[in-house]
Parts: sequence; structure tokens; C-alpha cells
Amino acid sequence: MQGPGNFDLSRRDVLKLGAAATAAPMMTKAQQAATDAAVVTTVSLTVNGKTHALKLDTRTTLLDALREHLQLTGPKKGCDHGQCGACTVLIDGRRTNSCLTLAVMHQRHKVTTIEGLGTPTRMHPMQTAFLKHDGFQCGYCTPGQICSAVAVLAEIKAGIPSHASSDLMASMQPTQSEIRERMSGNICRCGAYSNIIDAITEVAQTKVST
Amino acid sequence: MRPFSYEQAATPAAAAAAAARNPDAKFIAGGTNLLDLMKLEIEKPAHLIDVNGLALDKIESTPDGGMRIGALVRNTDLAADARVRREYPLLSRALLAGASGQLRNSATTAGNLLQRTRCPYFYDTNQACNKRDPGSGCAAMQGFSRQLAVIGSSNSCIATHPSDMAIAMRALDATVETVQPEGAARKIPIADFHTLPGDTPHIENTLTRGELITAVTLPKPVGGKQLYHKVRDRSSYAFALVSVGLIVQPDGTGRVAVGGVAHKPWRVEAAEAELPRGAKAVAKPLLAGAKPTHDNEFKLTLVERTLEVVLSEARSAA
Repeated sequence: MQGPGNFDLSRRDVLKLGAAATAAPMMTKAQQAATDAAVVTTVSLTVNGKTHALKLDTRTTLLDALREHLQLTGPKKGCDHGQCGACTVLIDGRRTNSCLTLAVMHQRHKVTTIEGLGTPTRMHPMQTAFLKHDGFQCGYCTPGQICSAVAVLAEIKAGIPSHASSDLMASMQPTQSEIRERMSGNICRCGAYSNIIDAITEVAQTKVST
Repeated sequence: MRPFSYEQAATPAAAAAAAARNPDAKFIAGGTNLLDLMKLEIEKPAHLIDVNGLALDKIESTPDGGMRIGALVRNTDLAADARVRREYPLLSRALLAGASGQLRNSATTAGNLLQRTRCPYFYDTNQACNKRDPGSGCAAMQGFSRQLAVIGSSNSCIATHPSDMAIAMRALDATVETVQPEGAARKIPIADFHTLPGDTPHIENTLTRGELITAVTLPKPVGGKQLYHKVRDRSSYAFALVSVGLIVQPDGTGRVAVGGVAHKPWRVEAAEAELPRGAKAVAKPLLAGAKPTHDNEFKLTLVERTLEVVLSEARSAA
């Protein structure tokens, strides 16, 4: 016999089932959201001599921190996979692809971007040489080229060998073949390579003569 | 990229223990390969353990006259080390033949050994790949396989190991030192470190879960002429079609390891006995059992000819 009570109970069961049925996917979504949620952390970055405290998603690359959070748009996003070199910056003086490292990994380092190398009124000698020798066309790869070039000359001076060095034990010289090999991580779509090499060579020779 | 939590490990053993506790964790050092793959969601760690602060960045002499290279020594610093250049020039040459100046500044010794293949079908998440997605098949076998393996491959995988440094480490008889999650140290000869694909191409080495590389050691220098010759589609910043690392002694004996041909650095000690008889004599036992595809069978000839180039270079560099 089904009395009203029984009916109520059964109706409530139906409602419960219904609620459970809709809650189940909601739970799954909530759990999904928990695992997919961005992890935000405080990151202290020292860039071009200034220290900044940033709240960043752990996924933020150094490149994105510079461009999107510090508005330093000199370092460019070309391939975002370490193949083109447009994002090259100096970390404690060493050239690095800023797209292939996380901002959170560099809290104890000093980062230098093209903005920290020189300004329009006080240009770095490498910037002056790129202008003089027309070492670019569209200019997109140029900040990375210049940061890389500055580091290349420092590496040669420090005696770091390259694939083009015929004698691993000899002192390193800024020859054309050395500069070409050492700059191979910076791609220029416009093909300004010969002028880029002229610019770097001029700075290298000035450095040698002074 | 998927979200992940992040920690900086305090000690190597603590890093290993943390990785063992969390099956979705990965170590990060240079990050040049891992972040590349995370952006493509080929690697999807939910937790990253940053090992950069672990002071594993020293190059030291060992009591037996060899060298211990910390896991975090950057490729640039290892290639430029005065003792490496003088006593293990093959290692310098191999490192300098790889990647770009920027990448070598970040990439570490351990990370270089652990880098993943650059097989285009592994990288393309729309393609079947037993290494990326076990059991899904291998699109490379019917695809563009010019760059891929000719020997030691299987019906599951024809990927190659991309490292230049590992070729030198194999010829130099390096040993990989690790720490395990419970704190015990382990030594793995480089010959036993990388694995062939078999039917488990997603397994690429003999590390156990959580195990962290702490150093790579080299036995005392073997001398001889040491040469590394890399053949590639452009003269810089490209992966090898074929590379040959050679150590040859004044009496004509020596060692050969080959890159760009297999899932691991390829060395056949029995083939080295043929070195005094020239490249052709070495290539035959070195490449015995090769199963190239139509697209990459040229590599068999290329290995022999590259070996001939380095052997004649060794003879002329008196």
C-alpha cells in the first residue's frame, strides 16, 4: 500500500537522487578546478638594478614576467621554445633564453635586459655599432641579438671555447668564424647577419685596441 | 602549461624523497628541455622540485686521478673547464657541438643526460607515439624518419637520443652517481644508464622513482687523440644526423661511440678491436643488425664515412 508518507519519501528519494546526479558532475568540476587552479607565489626579481616584488603564477616564465608584469618589452617572444634567441637576456652576466626558465627560479640573480644595457640617449657601444652597421631590418630580433653579442665578447674574453675554436687550449679570438658560431642561437628572419657580424667585430676590435 | 606547485629542495636526499612521495613531481634544473615540453603539455608535472640550490655544481678531482662533475655543472662551464679541455677534450668538443651558447649556459650535466628525444612525432601531440602515450602506436615508422634511429630500435619506437655530451661520456666510460629516496647512493655505469626502447619506449633510463643524479664521474684520463665529428643539416645549432666520438691511441687502438643512430649512445666494444683496420672494418660489427627505414638507410654509409673522416683527422693531427 502506498500512503502519502511513502509517496513523500519516495519523492524525496527521487529529489536526493536528482541532487546527487547533478552534484556528482559539480563535484568533479570542483575537484578539477582544484587541480587546475593556478598556484600563485611571491617572487622577488632584480632587473636592471631594481628589485621588484611580484605575485606570479608559478608557470610564469622569466620572459613573461619581464614583458607582462614589469613592462620591459625589449626581450621579445619569438618562438617561446628556445630556438630563436629573441628573448635573450643576461642573468648574472650570462646570456640565457628567458622563455625557457621560470621567474620563480631567479630570485637570487641579477637580470639585465636590453633596457638595462643602454638607453636612446646613453647607448651601449654594441647598440651604437648595430645602428652604424645597420645590423637589423625589422628589429624584432635585435634586443636578443645585442644582449647575446655583448655576452659573446665577454665569453671570448673569458677564454670560453666554441665549436669553431681549432685549438681548445689557445686563447680565444673574436674572428668571423668564432662570432658566427657563437651567435647561432639568435635567428634573424630578415637576414641581417653580415651586418650583425660587422657590428660585433667593430666592438670587439675597439675593445682589443683600448 | 598545466599549473604546478613549486619547492626548492634543501638537500639531494630531501629532493629524492619529495619526488618519491609525489608521483606527479619532476626535478627542474636548467629547464631548457622540461619547460619546452611542459608548454606543449607533453610533460605535465603537478609539482616541480627545483634542485638548483643543491650545490652540485663543482668539478673535482677524484682520488683515482679521475674527475667528478656535479650534476648541476652547466654545459658551458664543463666545456670550458681547463682540465676537461686538456685531459678529456672529447667531452669539451661534444658539448660545444650541441645547442646554442644561451642553452649551454643553462643546461646541466644531469639534465643533458635526461633530455628527451626530438623525434617530431613525439613532439606533435596529434600523432601516435608510444613514448609520449604508451600503446598509441608509432607514427614515425610510416612518416618522415630521416632523422631517426637505424639500430637498437623496436617495433614500438625509432626515436634517437639527442645528446652530444652523452656520446663523449659513453666513450670515456663515465659513471652516473645518484641518491635514492631513502638516502642511499648508487653508481650506474653509463653503458647501463640509457635503455633501448623495446616495448617500453617511455622508459629511457634505469633511474628508479625519485632517484636524483648527483654527479657524473670520469675515470683517469686515457690520453690519445680525441675527436668529435657531428654531421648535421646546418653547420651550427642543429641535432646530429650522425656524430662520431673517437679516442685513438698511437698504436691504432681506441674507442668509438656514435650519436644520432639509436635510442642511446651507440658503442660496440667488439667493433673497436677493428680500429687499426680502418672505418669499413669497424662499421660492419658496429652496425650489425641495423634496421633502417627507407628514409634513413643513408645513415649506415654516413657512419662509416664520418668514422673515416675522424680517423684520417687523427692520423694527420700528429
